[in-house]
Amino acid sequence: MKRAGPIQLGLVAEFASPEQLLEAIGRMRARGYRQLDAFVPFPVKGLEAALDLRRSGLNWLAFGAGLFGAGFAFWLQWFVNHHLYPLNIGGRPSFAIPVFIIIAFETMVLFAGVTSFASLFWVCRLPRLAHPLFAVPGFESASFDGFWLGVNADDPAFEPEATEGHLAELGASRVEIAKGLA
Amino acid sequence: MAAPYDDAPTGPLIAGTRTDAELADQLLSPIWTRKSRGWLMAYGLTSLGALSLLVFATWTVWTGIGLWGNNIPVAWAFAITNFVWWIGIGHAGTFISAILLLFEQKWRTSINRFAEAMTLFAVMQAGLFPLLHLGRPWFFYWLIPYPAVMQVWPNFKSALPWDCAAVFTYFTISLLFWYTGVIPDLAAVRDRTPKRWQKIVYGVFALGWRGSASHLRHYRLVYGLLAGLATPLVLSVHSVVSSDFAIAQVAGWHSTIFPPYFVAGAIFSGFAMVLTLMIPIRRVFRFENVITDRHVDNVCKLILVTALIVDYSYFCEFFLAWYGGERGEMYTMFHGLPTGPNCWTFWVTMFCNVVVPQLFWFRWFRRHGRVAWVLSLLINVGMWCERFVIIALSLQRGHLPSMWHAYAPTIVDWGILAGTIGLFSLLYVLFLRWVPIVPTSEVRELNHELARERKREAA
Repeated sequence: MKRAGPIQLGLVAEFASPEQLLEAIGRMRARGYRQLDAFVPFPVKGLEAALDLRRSGLNWLAFGAGLFGAGFAFWLQWFVNHHLYPLNIGGRPSFAIPVFIIIAFETMVLFAGVTSFASLFWVCRLPRLAHPLFAVPGFESASFDGFWLGVNADDPAFEPEATEGHLAELGASRVEIAKGLA
Repeated sequence: MAAPYDDAPTGPLIAGTRTDAELADQLLSPIWTRKSRGWLMAYGLTSLGALSLLVFATWTVWTGIGLWGNNIPVAWAFAITNFVWWIGIGHAGTFISAILLLFEQKWRTSINRFAEAMTLFAVMQAGLFPLLHLGRPWFFYWLIPYPAVMQVWPNFKSALPWDCAAVFTYFTISLLFWYTGVIPDLAAVRDRTPKRWQKIVYGVFALGWRGSASHLRHYRLVYGLLAGLATPLVLSVHSVVSSDFAIAQVAGWHSTIFPPYFVAGAIFSGFAMVLTLMIPIRRVFRFENVITDRHVDNVCKLILVTALIVDYSYFCEFFLAWYGGERGEMYTMFHGLPTGPNCWTFWVTMFCNVVVPQLFWFRWFRRHGRVAWVLSLLINVGMWCERFVIIALSLQRGHLPSMWHAYAPTIVDWGILAGTIGLFSLLYVLFLRWVPIVPTSEVRELNHELARERKREAA
């Protein structure tokens, strides 16, 4: 997506219910709009499909991190208890695979969990406490009872006045200008 | 009381027909409405309890653990009993928030937030005990492999580093999972509260969440991932804890049934604690419409199920001691526990964990909040006694009769136990007051779904 300078303008429209929002998304996409985003107080079924958002791929990152964690912990235990400083306890082997699995497992879960948490904020570019959307009058309802649809000004189908008209036509209770959506 | 409860087991998960907005206001407003004097009293009382922990823990660190009743052969006693008890309590929170999420159990929605908070606070208390029991807690980092000049490394074949890894992972994952869930609600408080300072504080903790669909697709995946990662922890953490015992040669410990037995006991005690917390909470906040009788009913049933697993494990332990025919183990199981010193804890365990939960077979006990609450307290006591029986009573009667010794706790032991209950309660009261205790975002999602179902049925 080409960024048109530091500020990406856009329009946001508030709808009263998830069903209206979904309907509006469908209609807007039928009109050729592609750079849409929605802002909702709770996950809405079918929203991602309606916006044609791809499934998140973070699970692969977590999977890799988990594998790395398990491998790292297993290697560390071998390195420390067998290679570097073998401990002879009751004549048991110093390289004890079944015993090392416990910590390898815990480390796997830890690495996968921390990675998925951290990567969530990385891909969402959060925390970001000041965002142009928060300056939009009435946008507080996006976390409460409003279902907002945003249209990016970069969208090929975007025409400031026509788009505002389209949104109002679809039953938006208000349409506002946002100095940035992404 | 009979009539309104008739449909409880199949009754609605969210009573009444409030709109999403009304529900959100109801669930969030306790954060910004004026505090009543009861809260101050709650802060005061629980702070006193936490103070007891501060005093007795400081005294212990200052003087040494000679202040406790532990002595060879009963080297573990209260500290490890409390550790196992607290960490077990945490398990129900994770069970509710992670396993029931994966199984798409809708009733989990209203209660997962505070059950998960219970997990966090319980694991905090649990973590204190192994640290204090070290005697020199400032050396705890010896459990972590770090490149020391002396080349002294942890022995990974010992149960202590396992515990360290398991508990640390459990706490971290629980915290991340819980916080991920609470973010949309913090954003709702930020946008809804009339107080400016709350807008700032909750705004900071909400991390700039704006409910964007492009974020939600990642958010939902990560929430599910964390649930999936927390799920094996429900089974693994207490299995690791049980290995502390099972890998030792002590009669009454050396048993392969320990991991599943401990996990079932953990979930059992945790559900009892969930019930203990949930019944007063829904009353104080008047949340009976979202934490319904059906929720209480379900938790009671889960207590019953886990109780049966625990009871079966008790039976197995005795059966295997008898069937194995090893004299030391036979003695411990059939004389040491039921008739030895401190044997009253054994009988309390049997009463509270075997007899009491059977009452939940009857609907009457599941439907009367106060009665169920009292029973849940009894189960909490019973599970504490069970851990005490396993630890202290088994150690009292080892293989060498000349080592036999009757354990007696000291005032410091009791003070620290009471203190952790105090600190747990203090943290919990703070949580109840300042965090959205019912996941508003998820409850509204569910409410919306239910409303749509109702509409479909009507049409």
